[in-house]
Amino acid sequence: MLEPGALSVRRLGGTVRDTALQMATWFAASLVAGLFLWLLFDLIRHGAMQLDWSFLTTPPKSAGRSGGIGPILVSTVLILAVAIVVAAPLGLATAVLLSEFMRRDSGIGRSIGLSLDVLSGVPSIVFGLFGNAFFSVWLGLGFSILAGGLTLACMVLPILIRTAESGLRMVPNDWRLGAEALGMSRATILTHVLIPAAAPALVAGLMLGIGRAMAETAALVFTSGYVDRMPSSLLDSGRAISVHIYDLTMNVAGGDKNAYASALVLIVLLIIINTIATALADRALVRRITAT
Amino acid sequence: MTRTTNGNAPPAEQNACTPFTLGPLVAGPPCCTPETQIKIDSLALSYSGKPALKDVSLDIYRGCITALIGPSGCGKTSLLSSLNRLTDMIPGCQVDGRITIDGQDVRDTSLDVRALRRRVGMIFQRPNPFPLSIRRNLEMPLREHGTKNKKELADRIEKALTDVGLWPEVHDRLDTPALALSGGQQQRLCIARALVLNPSILLMDEPCSALDPLSSGVVEDLIQSLRGRYTVIIVTHNLAQARRIANYAAFFWIKDRAGTLIEFNHCQTLFETPKHELTAAYVSGQRG
Repeated sequence: MLEPGALSVRRLGGTVRDTALQMATWFAASLVAGLFLWLLFDLIRHGAMQLDWSFLTTPPKSAGRSGGIGPILVSTVLILAVAIVVAAPLGLATAVLLSEFMRRDSGIGRSIGLSLDVLSGVPSIVFGLFGNAFFSVWLGLGFSILAGGLTLACMVLPILIRTAESGLRMVPNDWRLGAEALGMSRATILTHVLIPAAAPALVAGLMLGIGRAMAETAALVFTSGYVDRMPSSLLDSGRAISVHIYDLTMNVAGGDKNAYASALVLIVLLIIINTIATALADRALVRRITAT
Repeated sequence: MTRTTNGNAPPAEQNACTPFTLGPLVAGPPCCTPETQIKIDSLALSYSGKPALKDVSLDIYRGCITALIGPSGCGKTSLLSSLNRLTDMIPGCQVDGRITIDGQDVRDTSLDVRALRRRVGMIFQRPNPFPLSIRRNLEMPLREHGTKNKKELADRIEKALTDVGLWPEVHDRLDTPALALSGGQQQRLCIARALVLNPSILLMDEPCSALDPLSSGVVEDLIQSLRGRYTVIIVTHNLAQARRIANYAAFFWIKDRAGTLIEFNHCQTLFETPKHELTAAYVSGQRG
């Protein structure tokens, strides 16, 4: 039997502990959010003044101290486009192989999984050196947007494959069985049922990959180069926005203002991409819940 | 002898006013003169060497509803899956013995599995319409099996939906997502999706167990209405349901860690005068 007061004392003790735990989690969460906000406001404070339409469209002047980032945005988009055009189909195909045609515990499946996990942990500078040796030198692409894009493709492949694979695995098995029982071919099942069902997850993974690629610096310094002119073809060198920020802060005295502004542009783009990715992932989750 | 529904079947009037085009329950002739359509001969099935089903020999009669009953894990679903070769999808699954459908060996490696599955439809425990529109759910299997003509597609879709009583409910929203339908409607859509390919056999794996009682009743009536036109094999844990709808019943039990057939007979006979004491204990609710 409990004493009449015991329950309330214990409840009080429990409440104190609960409150402490709650406060600790709030503290940790607000620390993370606070750091990000600090960074964002710092960028806005120093960079927002420079930001206007002409900053986004005009070429940089006097090594980037003045002028805008027009050609740099174009190079960034081109590098990203090359990376995604190459990596997305390769990534999807590998994910389909892993999730649909291979058992997770099979020898080959496990070794592919392991190599993906290792690859996604490889520092980007290593990818940069690899890209330089392989694409720029060995394949003779030189310092070019193509070489940079291909290097980024290698870098984001593990992310794309892993997200696409888990997206496909999340598709309820009921649909596979149902489609098989209707005598449908694997190709039809994939293209008409599984990939559409996994589409939100696939796109979310793609967005994450783009986000990762857009913020990449080290891999590009050695592959797509520094040239800040407007590129005229994919074989031209082009300066990605992250490389531009790096160059302005480290090598150009008096480039700070424009470095802040460029960083602000980059952060805003990343926020937009991540918001889209999160929204799509949420939709995938909602779909999955309503489907089962 | 007319082997209509056993025991407490719904009265004929009730059937007459249901919207199914297949008309009132036709249960007589095909089941009076049993004609074997599926012949299962000493079937054994194992998963990665672990036996799930042993020594099952069973004849399934054309146009009849045959219920497979017995406790969970006695291989009823495995038996169903081996009839349309869905067991091919399960790694490590080994099937032995002989199964023929209309004299054709199902396990023949040269058999066109897709043609087999067109003839043998399957309905699963949980309704599994594809996350597409109602129309696309029915259109996709048809297109896959070579029907491309727009008019024919529309006609067959309408007929299948009418057969399962869904047409009046969904005819004006065929392009809305199938997953927005209620559970019972989804299950009837799945039955329509199987019927649209004109199969002769329907395998049903506890088709009502994930539905609420009302929807379950509607689906049960629908299954009744399929009698005579299709050979139906239904796995059910609901003994009352088996009694209501089945012409024949097969009772499975686990012996030596593998499921096996204990008794097969007319449904009424199996329930009322079982030969085997295990059957008697199971149908009377003392075991299982």
